[in-house]
Amino acid sequence: MPASSAEQPAARPERTELAVVGAGPAGLAAAVTAADGGLDVVLLDAADAPGGQYYRAPAPGLGATRPEALHHGWAEFAALVARLGRHRTAGRIRHLTGHHVWAVERSGADWTLHAVTGPDGRDGATTLDARRLLIATGSVERQLPFPGWTLPGVVGAAGAQAMLKSGLVLPGRRIVVAGSGPLLQAVAVSLARAGARVPALVEASGYGAYGRAPLVLAGNPGRLAEGARHGAALARHRIRPLTHRAVTAVHGTDRVEGVTVSRLDREWRPLPGTGRRIDCDVLAVGHGLVPQLDLAVGIGCATRCGADGSAALELDDGLRTTVPGVWAAGETGGIGGVRLALTEGELAARSVIADARGGPGTARAAALCRSRRRMRAFAELMGAVHRPGPGWTDWTAADTEVCRCEEVTTGAIRTAVAELGAGDSRTVKLLTRAGMGWCQGRTCGFAVRELAGCAADAGAPDRRPLACPVPLSVLARADRPEDA
Amino acid sequence: MVGAGVVGAACAYYAARSGLVVAVVDSGPVAGGTTGAGEGNLLVSDKVPGPELDLALLSAALWRELAQVLPHAIEFEQKGGLVVAASPESLATLTATASGQLAAGVRATSVAADELGSLEPHLAPGLAGGFLYPQDAQVQPALAAAHLVRAARDAGASLHPGQAVTAVLTGPTGAVRGVRTGAGDLLAPVVVNATGVRGGELAALAGVELPVLPRRGFVLVTEPLPRLIRHKVYAAEYVADVSSASAALQTSPVVEGTQAGPVLIGASRERVGFDRTLSVPVVSRLATAAAALFPVLADARVLRTYHGFRPYLPDHLPAIGPDRRVPGLFHACGHEGAGIGLAPATAVLVTAAIRGEEPALDPEPFRPDRFDAASRTGHGS
Ligand SMILES: Cc1cc2nc3c(=O)[nH]c(=O)nc-3n(C[C@H](O)[C@H](O)[C@H](O)COP(=O)(O)OP(=O)(O)OC[C@H]3O[C@@H](n4cnc5c(N)ncnc54)[C@H](O)[C@@H]3O)c2cc1C
Ligand SMILES: Cc1cc2nc3c(=O)[nH]c(=O)nc-3n(C[C@H](O)[C@H](O)[C@H](O)COP(=O)(O)OP(=O)(O)OC[C@H]3O[C@@H](n4cnc5c(N)ncnc54)[C@H](O)[C@@H]3O)c2cc1C
Repeated sequence: MPASSAEQPAARPERTELAVVGAGPAGLAAAVTAADGGLDVVLLDAADAPGGQYYRAPAPGLGATRPEALHHGWAEFAALVARLGRHRTAGRIRHLTGHHVWAVERSGADWTLHAVTGPDGRDGATTLDARRLLIATGSVERQLPFPGWTLPGVVGAAGAQAMLKSGLVLPGRRIVVAGSGPLLQAVAVSLARAGARVPALVEASGYGAYGRAPLVLAGNPGRLAEGARHGAALARHRIRPLTHRAVTAVHGTDRVEGVTVSRLDREWRPLPGTGRRIDCDVLAVGHGLVPQLDLAVGIGCATRCGADGSAALELDDGLRTTVPGVWAAGETGGIGGVRLALTEGELAARSVIADARGGPGTARAAALCRSRRRMRAFAELMGAVHRPGPGWTDWTAADTEVCRCEEVTTGAIRTAVAELGAGDSRTVKLLTRAGMGWCQGRTCGFAVRELAGCAADAGAPDRRPLACPVPLSVLARADRPEDA
Repeated sequence: MVGAGVVGAACAYYAARSGLVVAVVDSGPVAGGTTGAGEGNLLVSDKVPGPELDLALLSAALWRELAQVLPHAIEFEQKGGLVVAASPESLATLTATASGQLAAGVRATSVAADELGSLEPHLAPGLAGGFLYPQDAQVQPALAAAHLVRAARDAGASLHPGQAVTAVLTGPTGAVRGVRTGAGDLLAPVVVNATGVRGGELAALAGVELPVLPRRGFVLVTEPLPRLIRHKVYAAEYVADVSSASAALQTSPVVEGTQAGPVLIGASRERVGFDRTLSVPVVSRLATAAAALFPVLADARVLRTYHGFRPYLPDHLPAIGPDRRVPGLFHACGHEGAGIGLAPATAVLVTAAIRGEEPALDPEPFRPDRFDAASRTGHGS
């Protein structure tokens, strides 16, 4: 183990009043609001720069002059970063970049956070205590398997967007964007703007379903405007959305040469004979996002099953989790987008301040609470519209890999369920190894759960007591931080 | 048969093959209880002479037979155990234990300090010596349970997953008539309690007491590594941990490599009820102990940790056989940290008891009603 670098904080400093995990839009808004309110804050994030999954500045040296071209609300982000800078200078926020928190545990009335540093967790380790904890760990992309999805040239849609933002690189020249969810539109537009041909945007649901909740739409004019903006941009780039369709096969031997797009029935079952080939060199595919709940679940925060079929934290109006002393904001409470994340970050921090300092609720907090409710209603609608229909499992063939890390196929999972008595995702995992590999089921978790087909298990959170890999030597010293 | 963990699965297998008509009922899926959290060590090395060792020796032979008839998927491997001692004092204790075990029928060979390296090249230097136990073996517990249930079904047993038993039905004489589940009543003159750590709760449904308590264990799993460790390796102190009655934490781990690459380190032992939160001090101490045995592991990354609750009875012996307090009720639970190893022998004893046949070994020490106040005074212990 290399020794910790000089500027690294002491192993167990005095406890802070608030630890915020995640410096995406939610965590960033929370940290600066809390510091504005006089709290002393530590902000930790695994990444090297603030911004999370949405705001990604291109790496320095790429010569990018206008990162804002790829982001809406860049000015708002820049303002948050400026406030963060001032609080850092004033010593009110300790900002620990490159710190991956691998576990949180209760110690008396406080929370102890354990983090590793460095790209593979081998550079060092930090342990710190905080009186209160705010979890803003965001989300990861949701994938559904289909024949050929492991071929080189198939990339995550959100991942492609992230790559474009941070590296300004295109994954290919002719890119089919597919899956489900509003993010796909943003991805298709960004790729086209950056110079790619996007021959098709394949959406498994339809957008018409939004129309069934006119009140929710009326409460979210911003989202309507955004939809219209995307629609216009898609038209400008001559990208035709193909709704109620899915990629059901990928062609190519060493890498992607094309895809077959089939029509789906209302349950997302492919209609035989409707397959149509589209040539491309990259397929960017994703089925929305899944909240990243490892730390929250690890300390016992209750979850609910969101309308999108994934687990999200159960939160009250003050964004308190069910565990006293723990708040959450942003995608951890359900996928809802960057505006909701910013709103919740600020609201959660105000709720923490009220808890720490007392005092009556402010008009600002009440207003934030109202916008949050409106946006949450939209988020639930979005989740329901794009929730994978039960027929998606028909896309897979018996030999389609579901868990890529351990090379577990649909057929193996079906055998475990039908013949070996597996009844939920845990027993499927035990009997097939699905989800036991490097990513610990972060990619295949949703799909395995659906294939296991256990009603009681649907929308339950995955349990990962370690939020990331931890060197054994770090674990060995975690109990005795004074020698860390 | 209430419970489709490894014990219920083995009981169903031997009972069905003996010609009994068997229904296996579980509130969850197969292997969803402690079995799914177990490591699958089939050890004779960690048991001191006495009834549990006799049961383990019988089981070791039965597992070897089962490995011939069940699919390779159960991952049976007789890789042998290597117990090492750090100091001359602990080596003396280990040597004394081993000689007692030898007398009881265990195979064990002494390994001198300078021979340890040829068996395990990555062991820490400076150990005093050890013993090699060739009978120690391994199965994948969940797959073993699932294939036992499947083989039991091939022999005519039926499986009823997702049905919790909510009542034990008895007739006018007090004898068992069957069980009530969410899906209706299952009638049978014999009910076997194979509910593991819930054994006390099922016994209570039949109106009797069985003091099964949970003893939590954590396991660490590393990233896949090249084959560094060949045997099941543990420190001599482990034997004392296993048989300790203390509620306090014990953390001397068994360390072993797996065919898939990850190294398994486990498990801790502590009585903390059903606490499901991660205990950093516990996993930390497991990590420390593993790195002390194999310094090469210090750089390995731990990908995951999981825990389970061992079904613990105060005298560390399982409850096996008829419950004299309720005719027709049999128990097969409370195996603590050895239920996977002891499952086949347990099943053979239970099957013999149900059929009224001669048992393969003396079942008296495992008598389920031995914790009764009245029964205790009767035996004057
Ligand atoms: C790959 C990807 C691309 C996206 N692209 C777009 C897009 O183009 N347009 C759009 O509108 N929305 C996009 N989204 C959604 C958008 O990012 C979110 O709506 C928004 O960022 C939510 O903010 P948040 O603060 O809740 O979470 P995030 O922005 O996800 O921030 C969470 C932060 O927590 C950190 N973190 C997580 N776990 C730990 C841990 N254990 N220890 C330390 N730090 C941790 C992460 O490093 C991350 O910085 C994308 C999402 C993803 C996953
Ligand atoms: C970390 C750890 C490591 C271990 N390592 C080993 C090892 O290496 N070797 C070894 O031999 N042992 C090991 N053990 C111990 C071993 O796992 C247990 O002794 C064994 O699994 C117990 O099996 P069982 O069938 O009795 O219980 P379980 O597997 O718990 O099965 C009981 C079943 O009964 C069901 N049930 C309970 N109540 C009801 C009800 N009312 N109605 C219907 N169904 C019900 C449950 O759903 C469950 O499926 C380990 C244990 C732990 C925790």
